[in-house]
Amino acid sequence: MADKEYNPKIVGFLCNWCSYAGADLAGSSKLKMPPAISSIRVMCSSRVDPVLIVTAFLRGADGVLVAGCHPGDCHYEKGNYYARRRFALLRKVMETLDLEPERFRLSWISASEGPRFKEVVTEFTEHIKGLGPNPVKEKTSL
Amino acid sequence: MENRIGVFVCHCGINIATTVDVKAVVAAIKDYPGVVHAEDYIYMCSDPGQGMIQERIRKKSLNGVVVASCSPTLHEVTFRNTVARVGINPYRCEIANIREHCSWVHSDRAEATVKAIKIVKTVIEKVKLNEELTPIAIPITKRALVIGGGIAGIQAALDTANAGYEVILVEKQPSIGGHMIQLSETFPTLDCSQCILTPKMVEVGHHPQIRLYTYSEVEEVSGYVGNFKVRIRKKKRWVDFDKCIGCGICMEKCPVEVPSEFEEGLAKRKAIYIPFPQAVPAKPVIDAAHCLWFQTGKCRICEKLCPTGAIDYEQQEEIIEEEVGAIVVATGYDLYGMENIGEYGGGRYQDVINGLQFERLLSASGPTQGVVRRPSDGKVPKRVAFISCVGSRDPELHKPYCSKVCCMYLTKHAMLYKHRVPDGEAIVFYIDIRSDGKGYEEFVQRAQEEDHVTYIRGKVSKIYENNGELVIMAADTLSGKPLEVSCDLVVLGMAIVPSPGVEELIRKLKIQVDTNGFLTEAHPKLRPVETLTPGIFLAGCGQAPRDIPDTVAQASGAASKALEMFGQEQLHHDPAVATVNEDICSGCGLCVPLCPYEAREIEVIKGKRIAVVNEVLCEGCGSCVAACPSGAAQQRNLQDSQLFRMSEAVTIK
Repeated sequence: MADKEYNPKIVGFLCNWCSYAGADLAGSSKLKMPPAISSIRVMCSSRVDPVLIVTAFLRGADGVLVAGCHPGDCHYEKGNYYARRRFALLRKVMETLDLEPERFRLSWISASEGPRFKEVVTEFTEHIKGLGPNPVKEKTSL
Repeated sequence: MENRIGVFVCHCGINIATTVDVKAVVAAIKDYPGVVHAEDYIYMCSDPGQGMIQERIRKKSLNGVVVASCSPTLHEVTFRNTVARVGINPYRCEIANIREHCSWVHSDRAEATVKAIKIVKTVIEKVKLNEELTPIAIPITKRALVIGGGIAGIQAALDTANAGYEVILVEKQPSIGGHMIQLSETFPTLDCSQCILTPKMVEVGHHPQIRLYTYSEVEEVSGYVGNFKVRIRKKKRWVDFDKCIGCGICMEKCPVEVPSEFEEGLAKRKAIYIPFPQAVPAKPVIDAAHCLWFQTGKCRICEKLCPTGAIDYEQQEEIIEEEVGAIVVATGYDLYGMENIGEYGGGRYQDVINGLQFERLLSASGPTQGVVRRPSDGKVPKRVAFISCVGSRDPELHKPYCSKVCCMYLTKHAMLYKHRVPDGEAIVFYIDIRSDGKGYEEFVQRAQEEDHVTYIRGKVSKIYENNGELVIMAADTLSGKPLEVSCDLVVLGMAIVPSPGVEELIRKLKIQVDTNGFLTEAHPKLRPVETLTPGIFLAGCGQAPRDIPDTVAQASGAASKALEMFGQEQLHHDPAVATVNEDICSGCGLCVPLCPYEAREIEVIKGKRIAVVNEVLCEGCGSCVAACPSGAAQQRNLQDSQLFRMSEAVTIK
């Protein structure tokens, strides 16, 4: 288990229309959550190239969260479906690369779900803390 | 271009500075590669704050700016304009969100400061590779679509049309007027609802700039701001409106009677019907689900009697295609069903009715010509109870929100009942009275003092029937005593809920609703009539429960937003769209079917297949970029190289 001081580094890719706005709502509602996730705004969850995620892990991210609109609610009609399919494959690829797929999370968070954003961040942070630091840092010299 | 980035960290008063040590952020950033200036200020968005940024840009020859402040949704435009005014390309300015995503959601100052520094570094990495961009000019269709023909839609349509622009108004019912036309009199002035609304309805019906499609629904919406394409489905009405003269003989002779929707089931209408005499358009439709001809293959009386041959049993649905630049969504409300409230009889008691039903009983044009008679036996009730917050403000079982209008309309109901039945007794059960509009509190006082309406603070726990009387069990929370009151009639102030069918519509429009199903505005305070989708605006109860004055104000607001667009010669499209590197593109075409906007297609350029981008059609989702196997597809100012560096900024120590 991770020691008490361990503060994981988690990269969050949030879609502009739903999840980034949901995170904003969590903010304006002053919902408290752990500070482990720093977010990057993309227009759609389908913009997140799986290579970005693999690279993030190779560079030492302890976790990666991608959040987009709920299925059926995509601002671009079907981007989140593309994302879902790509990331299902990504998990397989991560296994073969000996990266732990459980360090990656895809969640659907709408613009009105501030509390859900808080829940996802809190739960995922705890989950990553449970896994401890990403061992890839010790494994490779990439 | 060598990066000369300035970082400006805002305190936002105490909003950021309490949790984030802004001085420490400045200190940590000022020597970061690419940064030549870093500074903090109490309110960066204020005039002196913006002036300071401009002055530093000039003095230090900055060519990129990061403002660490609130969400970009709030002030990205503000600060991009700030830098543009002193000659920096606005797309070289980005916002680091250290308020909503940091100071407001964390409590530990040290941790929040570390995270704020990380967020700022992430955005600096983006700005370093941001290109100077110019918005893409797109044409605009100066025509509006208004969805919903209640008071909100009517007002938005009239305002837009009176400014000289064409409006297409789509209403799913056979007439415009919405719920407002069902009301008797309106609080707090007791204006007759028909008297103030029918002239507007007529104006809509005759307006040269308004094309009205009643009994029609929006089938499909495609396109984007300024250039929406809308398919409207005109339902089969089985009456040729070009031939019909609205004489009404068909309705008179139709042998089938059905509960009237307009009269809330308190009266009957025919199977061929105009919902109410003042309907616009005042031409009938056939309700095929009840028409004898459609159900049994016999009758056709209306066809035989129609003097103009307007009845058309072969009529087909019609699909109409329209192009519009702006859309106002005014879908309105419905009342939460009484069947949900088992303890009040769940809709089983004939004399427990909802507010709209009581409106019809009060209306001079209603089923009882304005004489208050209870539905079960037509008796004039001598004691009437009005119960507020039925289904509202009840997060455990029903709706968590306040429906806003019930306190006032129940007061009006009690007052009007007393005017009609002076020796009757009116009792209002309330949790607390919310009378916050102009003249509203005075109206409640008047009901109590002049009309002697009794107000009992307490929630009704149960209603049951006993020998033809309704017994109300409640607790008077002021005296602390339990109560049992017998009544002849009970009126429930049911919660207001969004109209049915909104869920389908929002998918077509790609806009959003909140957890209660109400349409979501772009910003709860500063952009209350806009949605996050450019060009789509909101009006009326579809967005949240509200009364008539607020609805009219919001509808005019939505219209003015559309007019703001129509006042421009062309619109500008975000230039952060997909691009293709022709040297790398192999023409595999993977991106082509992915694009929801048909913005990518294969073209043969100098003998080589290239997946080109139509910049006007591209909405900038970036889906094709992530799919491109060679990296030929990129997104302007959100390139892979930027995302890699941003991600790295999160993970570095």
